Amino acid sequence: METIAQFQVQAHSPWRSYLLEAKCEFLRMLREPAFCAPVIAFPALFYLLFGVLLNRGNPAAAEYMLASYGVFGVIGAAMFGFGVTIAMDRERGFLRYKRALPTPPGAPLLAKMVMAMLFAAIISLLLATLAATLGGVSLAPRQWALLFLVNVLGTLPFAAIGLYVGSLVSGSAAPALLNLLYLPMAFLSGLWLPLSMLPDVLSRLAPAWPAWHLGQLALKVVGHDAGGATWLHLLVLAVVTVVFFVLARRRLSAAE
Amino acid sequence: MATTTPVLARLHGASRRYGKTVALDGFDLSLHAGQVTSLLGANGAGKSTAVGLLLGLLAADAGTVEVFGQAPGSMAARLGTGAMLQSAGLPERLKVRELLTLVRSYSPQPRSLADCVALAGLDGLLDRRYGRLSGGQQRRVQFALAICGRPRLLCLDEPTTGLDIEARQGLWQAIRELVADGSAVLLTTHYLEEAEALSDRVAMIDRGRLVAEGSVAQIRAHVSQRRIRCVTGLAAGNVLQWPGVRDAVREGDALRIVADTAEAVVRRLLDADPQLHELEVQRAGLADAFLQITRNSEQEAA
Repeated sequence: METIAQFQVQAHSPWRSYLLEAKCEFLRMLREPAFCAPVIAFPALFYLLFGVLLNRGNPAAAEYMLASYGVFGVIGAAMFGFGVTIAMDRERGFLRYKRALPTPPGAPLLAKMVMAMLFAAIISLLLATLAATLGGVSLAPRQWALLFLVNVLGTLPFAAIGLYVGSLVSGSAAPALLNLLYLPMAFLSGLWLPLSMLPDVLSRLAPAWPAWHLGQLALKVVGHDAGGATWLHLLVLAVVTVVFFVLARRRLSAAE
Repeated sequence: MATTTPVLARLHGASRRYGKTVALDGFDLSLHAGQVTSLLGANGAGKSTAVGLLLGLLAADAGTVEVFGQAPGSMAARLGTGAMLQSAGLPERLKVRELLTLVRSYSPQPRSLADCVALAGLDGLLDRRYGRLSGGQQRRVQFALAICGRPRLLCLDEPTTGLDIEARQGLWQAIRELVADGSAVLLTTHYLEEAEALSDRVAMIDRGRLVAEGSVAQIRAHVSQRRIRCVTGLAAGNVLQWPGVRDAVREGDALRIVADTAEAVVRRLLDADPQLHELEVQRAGLADAFLQITRNSEQEAA
């Protein structure tokens, strides 16, 4: 028996592979109209409709919706970007094939994470542009930057949820199940309408939804949150990330 | 036999079950550098399970599996191995060039893009999306991805399913070139002519067990009979009485005979019918050997 030269394993830098992996994942989603159009266009259209056209010059409402529709879009990009592709890749044998290739460790998941964050950045910048130009929102540079940061890092817990859903169901069932989680959760978390305009019971239930916590962090940046502690929102989101990630990893490794 | 060439990968006493179904049962197989080994067997005989073990996609319940002396699935083993699985599920919206560039980046010294295109016959396909290619073209892309890292071990699980004859022969040519460079190739196939055309060694698997192994000639020798066909007026019933004749059947003008040895029967045929013409004598092919060997193993099992 021969042993393959160990130096080859060490001399070869995997960074280019990580970058290419992320590029391929991003291109793949960018060329998927069924993903791209709703994920990017819906938050922007909702903002234009409710935040600009129907708003009649209320700056507080324009600020609120900048934060809430940004979070709404980011959650969609993360959940669908992960959930649907993982389910499809698992079903069609692509994940299995990847395990036979010398793919650098963790590259497929990291690539999807970068892809989701890039989409989050696009949504965030698009909404910021609309808000600053048409919505009449003016924020301090620090606020713009923080809002961007909340949106981009906010993909993490929802990517983990998407990953778990994608590890459970088939590629054709994943979009339906994800919508069933995504749309009600967004509504119940006050991302479409402020919870103050809805029955009181919904406000009391809201801390149960991870989307509410991310929404509160974004609203805190523009000064319209319900007054919860930042650390508590971060803690809930961190726990959601870890729990769903671990559950998904267990499902994916047991699938073989 | 060139069994002195180094063994690059080996399954030894490997067993694997799925629930109560035994997919592999104490299976032995050695893959030698510079040789094509064909693994033949019916659907569900355990071919893909053997490939899965070598690639580290499955773990063996018992026995050992080694690739380059390493555990299968380790980074060192994967770096030296190329694989074509029955379903790759590659992203349909990526272009062929993007897929090749990505998979080439995994290897320290990949084959050049131009070499991959030439070996796999991908001319003019690089900028097409994978999902818009025909089934045969997709199979060729999968082949290019399997060889782009200059693997020393190539596992091809039914590589030519869905390919037309021209594409199939192109692939055979590429496999021969790789083997000439010293790679070990494991080929699973349904097409016996493919195994016959390419293999240095043939292993036959039936219900998870190795039932025969050797060169194509050695496997054929399991079936010693010859097939004789000629146009003659002789009655099949009479010929059947001759010594050494196992079977004689009339097909229109022609008579088909199965005999233990050809020479004595042919001599007697020519004596008995001076008008006899279109005489053909064939050695049993791999297909006959395959049927015979699996039939024997079924009888043993019964």
